[in-house]
Amino acid sequence: MNLANESITSLRQRLVAKEITPTDIVTDLAKVIEARNPALGSYLSIDVEAALKEASTADVSQPLGGIPIAIKDNINVTGQPCTCGSKFLQGTYTAPYDATSIMQLRAAGAVPMGRLNMDEFAMGSTTENSALGVTRNPWDLERVPGGSSGGSASSVGGHIAIAALGSDTGGSIRQPASLCGCVGLKPTYGRVSRYGLVAFASSLDQIGPLTKTVEDSALLLNHLCGKDSRDSTTLDESVPDFTAGLKSGIKGLRIGLPKEYFIEGVHPDVSAAVAAATKHFESLGAEIVEVSLPHTDCGVATYYVLAPAEASANLARFDGVRYGLRTAIQGDLLEHYMNTRAEGFGPEVKRRILLGTYVLSSGYYDAYYLKAQRARTLIRQDFEKAFEQVDVILSPTAPSPAHKLGEISNDPLKMYLEDVFTIAANLAGLPAISVPCGFADEGGKKLPVGLQLVGPHLDEATILRAAYAYEQSTDWHKAMPAI
Amino acid sequence: MSTPTIDIHRIATLSRLKLTDAEADQYASQLGKILDYVNVLEKHDLSGVEPSAHARPVFDVWREDVAMPSFTCEEALANAPRKSGDQFMIGKVVE
Repeated sequence: MNLANESITSLRQRLVAKEITPTDIVTDLAKVIEARNPALGSYLSIDVEAALKEASTADVSQPLGGIPIAIKDNINVTGQPCTCGSKFLQGTYTAPYDATSIMQLRAAGAVPMGRLNMDEFAMGSTTENSALGVTRNPWDLERVPGGSSGGSASSVGGHIAIAALGSDTGGSIRQPASLCGCVGLKPTYGRVSRYGLVAFASSLDQIGPLTKTVEDSALLLNHLCGKDSRDSTTLDESVPDFTAGLKSGIKGLRIGLPKEYFIEGVHPDVSAAVAAATKHFESLGAEIVEVSLPHTDCGVATYYVLAPAEASANLARFDGVRYGLRTAIQGDLLEHYMNTRAEGFGPEVKRRILLGTYVLSSGYYDAYYLKAQRARTLIRQDFEKAFEQVDVILSPTAPSPAHKLGEISNDPLKMYLEDVFTIAANLAGLPAISVPCGFADEGGKKLPVGLQLVGPHLDEATILRAAYAYEQSTDWHKAMPAI
Repeated sequence: MSTPTIDIHRIATLSRLKLTDAEADQYASQLGKILDYVNVLEKHDLSGVEPSAHARPVFDVWREDVAMPSFTCEEALANAPRKSGDQFMIGKVVE
């Protein structure tokens, strides 16, 4: 029996039919993790005993009853580590509480199982910024899984997790999902509570699911959303059953192609896969409309001012006093802070703290931070106008398939441009999903390609319905890596 | 706008990050390149555009002033690198 290959939906059917037990799933999963994680490096740690204990009492009558969910290592789960891929928190922090999203998953019967690698404090697009280990792409172990939720994508794409939670600040769920051949969804900003997610850029961060299928994505989303008194940015909006309308088809759906997204520098196999997918959507009854997002060229620049600015403030809490690493060097309080932070943070985190501090500093605030906030307004308005014409917007998720390890990690700006198609949804707070749409051929290796669907504010249901219609009429999601 | 020279040591102190000389040189050069790229914003007329701190306009959120369950002293101190009794311990601040 290898239950690790199955979707949540299929496991739930078998659990309800009493063919299998939650303990069977955890046991199978533990076996494949032990066998494949040394090569993939998806998990940083896993407490199998705790998962088995929870599985033994899981309530199968609940909607996610008995389903193990792997968790990105920046979401707090009581009694487990939460390293954020950083030396700052490795071995020095045990979560004293559950994040709201974890409480909600538990209430639906799910079992949190395993801690997934990530770029340090979610800063990066390859997971190579993790200070704690290398994570590899299940489709080619010489390549990166994308990032920052690289462990989440590599574990789901590599079939050593049933499903996972990630977090997305500029594409950190969708881009790795695209590179590892799984489904990744970033909800509307404010849909999912950020309480218990270690903050990177508070106005952009959202928790979301990485799954093998679109139906699983909808099912998990059902149990992540909702108003939370502990996160004042959560929206007091009703949460529909996202699985309900999945199968109603896309006849007459208006799909927008932003002309600014079809740019030079996109890998030819990515362009071809997305073009073929567009035709496929048309054959399913969708209407394809060209739209314009005229401030697309501001996206990456706006993001790399706002996100580091917010990060520089958020990461001020890492002071070596309340938790985490503390320097052994003696000195006054300022020296204590400066040495502690120099020892705890890796290069990319330092780079972004410095950049964020600079753009917020006296004399440069107006020139950079305020300007980027103004550009953010224009980017949001671009989408509002486009959604007067169309129901969803389609594009590639990432400009290229997975790069080789080390290929882009030494050039910060090049890595930042990996997020060119995903960033705008965070800046505008919109829901977006990445679904497998084909393969690129790189040196004889098949590498997954994903397409992105962005929807209007709070309209996860429509992007899920479109993604489901596409997925169910293609075979991409059935392909499995040969590991 | 042309990218100004970055006083990396001032920024590092504001950031509470001790940098080696090699790191300072490297970060100053990398930040310069990133800020050059950010100048793409100059291509658009941003004057008169309302700045957005959030994706959607956010208003003050109120709640009743009722205490909610929170950490015990022991839980709050569980991860402290240094503690004394029921308090966090830091270096001497006042001479």
